[in-house]
Amino acid sequence: MITQFLLVKIFRLILLIAAVATLSFVLVSNSPVDPVDAYVGTAMLRISPDQREVIAKRWGLDRPPAERFGRWAGQMARGNFGVSTIFNEPVLSVIGKRFVTSFWLMALAWSLSGALGFGLGLTAGAQENTLLDRGIRLYAYTMASTPTFWVGMILLMVFSVSLGWTPVCCAWPPGLSAEQATLWQRLHHLLLPAVTLSLIGIAQITLHTREKTIEALRSDYAVFARAQGESTIGIVFARALRNVALPAVTLQFASLGELFGGAVLAEQVFAYPGLGRTTVEAGIRGDIPLLLGIVLFSTIFVFTGNFMADLIYHLVDPRLRKTKGAIS
Amino acid sequence: MMINSLALDRRTRTMMAILGCLVLFSGIFLAAWLYGEQGQVTNLALRKLPPGWNQPFGTDWLGRDMFARTLKGLRISLEIGLTAATCSAVIALVFGLAAATMGRIVDVVVTWLCDVGMATPHLVLLILISFACGGGAKGVIIAVAASHWPALTRVIRAEVMQLRTSDYIKLSRRLGKSPAWIARHHLLPHVVPQFLVGLLLLFPHAILHAAGLTFLGFGMSPHTPEIGILLAESMRYLSTGMWWLAVAPGLALIISVMAFDVLGNNVRALLDPKTLRE
Repeated sequence: MITQFLLVKIFRLILLIAAVATLSFVLVSNSPVDPVDAYVGTAMLRISPDQREVIAKRWGLDRPPAERFGRWAGQMARGNFGVSTIFNEPVLSVIGKRFVTSFWLMALAWSLSGALGFGLGLTAGAQENTLLDRGIRLYAYTMASTPTFWVGMILLMVFSVSLGWTPVCCAWPPGLSAEQATLWQRLHHLLLPAVTLSLIGIAQITLHTREKTIEALRSDYAVFARAQGESTIGIVFARALRNVALPAVTLQFASLGELFGGAVLAEQVFAYPGLGRTTVEAGIRGDIPLLLGIVLFSTIFVFTGNFMADLIYHLVDPRLRKTKGAIS
Repeated sequence: MMINSLALDRRTRTMMAILGCLVLFSGIFLAAWLYGEQGQVTNLALRKLPPGWNQPFGTDWLGRDMFARTLKGLRISLEIGLTAATCSAVIALVFGLAAATMGRIVDVVVTWLCDVGMATPHLVLLILISFACGGGAKGVIIAVAASHWPALTRVIRAEVMQLRTSDYIKLSRRLGKSPAWIARHHLLPHVVPQFLVGLLLLFPHAILHAAGLTFLGFGMSPHTPEIGILLAESMRYLSTGMWWLAVAPGLALIISVMAFDVLGNNVRALLDPKTLRE
């Protein structure tokens, strides 16, 4: 049964990637941004039309779009994503390196916001309509309306510029390479961007957990437990917790897309050299192979999150475990 | 919460919240129209002033009044967000209705398109589309409009599907009413509120995503006082201690976005039969 589940998922992923790849290719090939111009950049005045033609020919830009797409798709299927024009390096190796840097940022922010948001949601739900609940709700609603980059800028201003506690930019001290930096230095640079992402990321999980907790506390089993003299704290931890935790975990996995988007903005503010900043550079400087590579990579990233959410549901929820054929 | 002590009922409070938000928005547009051009006046004698009586949001490095610039920027941001969200909601309405009424194949196609539209992180999709449009305000609007429809499409599709199989519509069909009559008298009253609330709740997302996109440097020229661009500019002056350049426009944006959220939720409470009588 689990193999069937996996096969269906893999088939869906392949179909999805094919669709996203086709659409993205159509989009970028219709862009008014000329790839040769973008590649040449400021050297535009020093380059002759002949030289431009040579570049265009070498890239196959003189061919019709359908043929270009066929060749591109063929190379993609074999795992060749092409060469990034701004880094002069294979796209996959650029994405790999940058993603590792981003990964630690996203992982830290993801676990922080998950744990804090769940705790806050549980607290607010257990104390519905008290002052504490209202405070938490106000915070969550405000954060849901706040741009990630603005939070980053405020934190940067307070902790890096005014107080000087955290570094102003980058993922490691300037002048050192990633390998030379110590773990402590890396963490020090990671802290503020991660906190930025968590402060925003908490909102959704808090509101969701709060709703679920209130629902659980009004359920028959909670009322029954109360009738037997159990305290609210007892009910929350012994009975509601397990019912609330599952949707929270799946929601957190399903929010990887938002996390990725937040990382793009946060990395821009803190000049953190991760995949998010690379996405912006690729878009602004017209690095089409890299941009397409990142689009496909982020699609797989989001898909993995949704897949994990599904998988956890099927493995953990006893109701789904028992019913045969419920997996689709 | 504050008005609670005045013992107004829920309906009055909801109406007051809606009215307050509408007043706020008209205030922004009106003030931007009357006062916004002030933000282009450079006055080098009044450079880098912190907020005070004469310039509530301070002035920038060219002596331009940040209050006027924020108002103008807010207006541009809201306009972009509103246009994009409206386009998106119309796409969602058409797709949702088509999926629910035009048979199995259309339904499968639309559902799958929704999956594809939600497969990539929003911001990456926004960057891709804005790149494909070659930037500009038009690029931002198209990007935001083209990436926000899937969620609302699903809501409308589910709503219409559920309605079509409900007993009273089946009964109405048995009684010989034409599909057009059923659509007008039974479907529209349910779908229109869903659509309106969906549209209102799309605004915050659209405005925030548009501001994020312009902050990253995709979109309008750096001279347009759009909020995202104002904030991106203020980044360069953060280390010189000009905090007001970032704080004031950001707060103004948050307040407007929250107002849209409040507006959407209150209109929903008013239109939803379940909460209408509370």
